[in-house]
Amino acid sequence: MKQPGGAVSGSPLIGGASRPAREDRVVRFENVGLRYGLGPEVLRDLTFRIEPDSFQFLTGPSGAGKSTLLRLLFVSLRPTRGLITLFGQDISNVSRDALAALRRRVGIVLQDFRLLNHLTTYENVSLPLRVAGRSEETYRHEVAELLHWVGLGDRLWALPPVLSGGEKQRAAIARAVIARPKLLLADEPTGNVDPALARRLLRLFIELHKSGTSIVIATHDIALMDLVDARRLVLHEGRLHDYD
Amino acid sequence: MRADWCCTRDGCTTMTEARRVEKVIREPPPEPAARTPPRQATPIVPIDSIAGNALVAVIAIMTFLASLTAGAVVLVGAAASEWQSAVAREVTIQIRPTPRRDADADVATAAAIAGATPGISDVRPYTRSESAALLEPWLGTGLLLDDLPVPRVIVVKLASDRMPDLNSLRRVLAERIPGASLDDHRGWIDRMRGMANSALALGVGVMALVLAATVLSVMFATHGAMATNRPIVEVLHFVGARRAFIAAEFQRHFLVLGLKGGAIGGGMALLAFAVAHLLGSYFRGTAGEDQMEALFGSFSIGLTGCAAVIAQVGIIALVTALTSRLTVQHTLKALE
Repeated sequence: MKQPGGAVSGSPLIGGASRPAREDRVVRFENVGLRYGLGPEVLRDLTFRIEPDSFQFLTGPSGAGKSTLLRLLFVSLRPTRGLITLFGQDISNVSRDALAALRRRVGIVLQDFRLLNHLTTYENVSLPLRVAGRSEETYRHEVAELLHWVGLGDRLWALPPVLSGGEKQRAAIARAVIARPKLLLADEPTGNVDPALARRLLRLFIELHKSGTSIVIATHDIALMDLVDARRLVLHEGRLHDYD
Repeated sequence: MRADWCCTRDGCTTMTEARRVEKVIREPPPEPAARTPPRQATPIVPIDSIAGNALVAVIAIMTFLASLTAGAVVLVGAAASEWQSAVAREVTIQIRPTPRRDADADVATAAAIAGATPGISDVRPYTRSESAALLEPWLGTGLLLDDLPVPRVIVVKLASDRMPDLNSLRRVLAERIPGASLDDHRGWIDRMRGMANSALALGVGVMALVLAATVLSVMFATHGAMATNRPIVEVLHFVGARRAFIAAEFQRHFLVLGLKGGAIGGGMALLAFAVAHLLGSYFRGTAGEDQMEALFGSFSIGLTGCAAVIAQVGIIALVTALTSRLTVQHTLKALE
C-alpha cells in the first residue's frame, strides 16, 4: 500500500504528452467520515489527494461506497466529519453559487446516465454549455464533433428513449466532457457497453486526461483497469487503500 | 501540437490526436462531423407535458370559479349601491289633512316652495286618485278619500349635481303649511346601507374563501407538476447550473402555465357574464328579467369586474410561478 497523494505515472497510454502547468490540488480529503443519520460510518478516515492532471481508478466490491465517494467528490453530499477541499477551497465555507461554479469545473457520468428524454442527444450533450450561458453558435461545431468522436454522429437528433444503453452511456460521457472539466468523475462508465466500446470510451478519458483533466473512474472491471497503468484507489469496508 | 477537440481552447477542428491514439489501441478512427446541426430550440423545461396540461386545466377551472365569485360580488355591490342611491335621490313631502284648510291649495303651495328650492330637479304632487291607488293594497278599490283623513304626498326628486338644503326646506314648509312634513327617507337609507354592506361583506368573504381555495389548489397542483420535473432539476444541478438559472427556468415556465390557465378561466368567466348580459337584453320587459334586474342590475360587471378578474389571473399566475420556484429551491437543498 502506498502513501496517499501519488499521481499517475508510467502508463504507455497516458504519460507521453506534454502536461499543462500544475495548479493547486484538485481534491484533498483529510480524515473524512460519512454516516447516514445515526447509523454506522459508511466511509471512514478517508485521506487522499487528487492532483491536477492525474488519472486514477476507484474500485472495490459492490456496496463498498464508490458511488457515495463520487457524490462526496461532486459535493452533492456533505461529510459528517473531516475536511474536503475542491480546487483549493474548503467546501464547508463556500456559498451555494460558488459551489455551482466549482461544479462547472467538474464533469460527472452517473450510472443511470440522467439524460433528459425531451431533449435530443445533441441538446443533452450541449446542456452544460447552454447553462453556462454560451450561445448555440459558439459550440455547435464542437458538440457535433464530439458526438461523432464517441460514435453518435448519426444519432444527433435522436431522443434518449430510442437510444440503446451503450449510446446513452456515450451521450452521458460526452455531456460530462463537453465543457472540458478540470476533474471528471465517472461511475461505472463502461458498465453497459461491450469490451471494444469500453476501450474506445477509455481512450476518450485518456485523451481528456492528456488535455489536463484529472480523471476518477469508479469501476470494478479489472480488465478495463489493466489497460492503463494508473493509480488505483480501493474502497473496502469503508476505508480507502491507495495503490499507486 | 494538439489538434483534437479536447486539446485546444478554441474548438475541435482536426483529429490528429485521435489518429495517434488509434495506432495504439488499433480501433477505427471516429468519423468526421458530417453536418453542422441547426440552432437548437427545445426548452429545457418541456412545454407540453401531461402534468403541465393538467395544471393548466386546474388553474383554468379554479380561476373560472374565483372570477365568477368576484363578478357576483361586483354585481351585488353595484345593485346595493343602486338601491341606496335610488332611495337617496328622492324625498317626500307629506301634508296631513287639517280642519278648515284646503288640502289641494296646501299641496300646490308646498309644490311651489319645493320647486323654488335650489337642488330640486322635479316635484310631482300625487293626485287624489293616485293617492287612492297607493292605498288600494290595504283598503281596496272604490275608496272615497274625502271620507278619510288621508295625507297627501308630493314626491321631490333631488338634482344629482347639487344637494338642496333640506333642513331649510323642512322649516319653511312647517312655517307656511300646518301639517306639512318632509321625509328624507333617512331610516330607509340607513337600513338599505346596512343591508348593502352586509351583502357586500358576505360576498367579499365568499370571494376570499374561493380565492384562498384557488391559491391552495394551484399550489398543490404546481407542486405535483414539479414532482415530474425533479429529474430535470437534478440534471441541471449536475451540469453545474446556478440555482438562480434553474429557478428562473422553472419560474418562467410555470408563470406561462399560470397565465395560460388563468386567461382561459378568466376569459370563460367574462364570456359567461357577457352572455348573461345579452340574455338579459333579449328578455327585457319580461317579469323574470325585471326581477333579476331589480336584484342584480344589468348583469354588466363593468370595468371594476374586469379589473378584478384580471387581477385574479395575475395573482394565480404569480402563485404558480412562486410555488415552482420554492419547489426548485427545496429540491436543490435536498441535493446539496
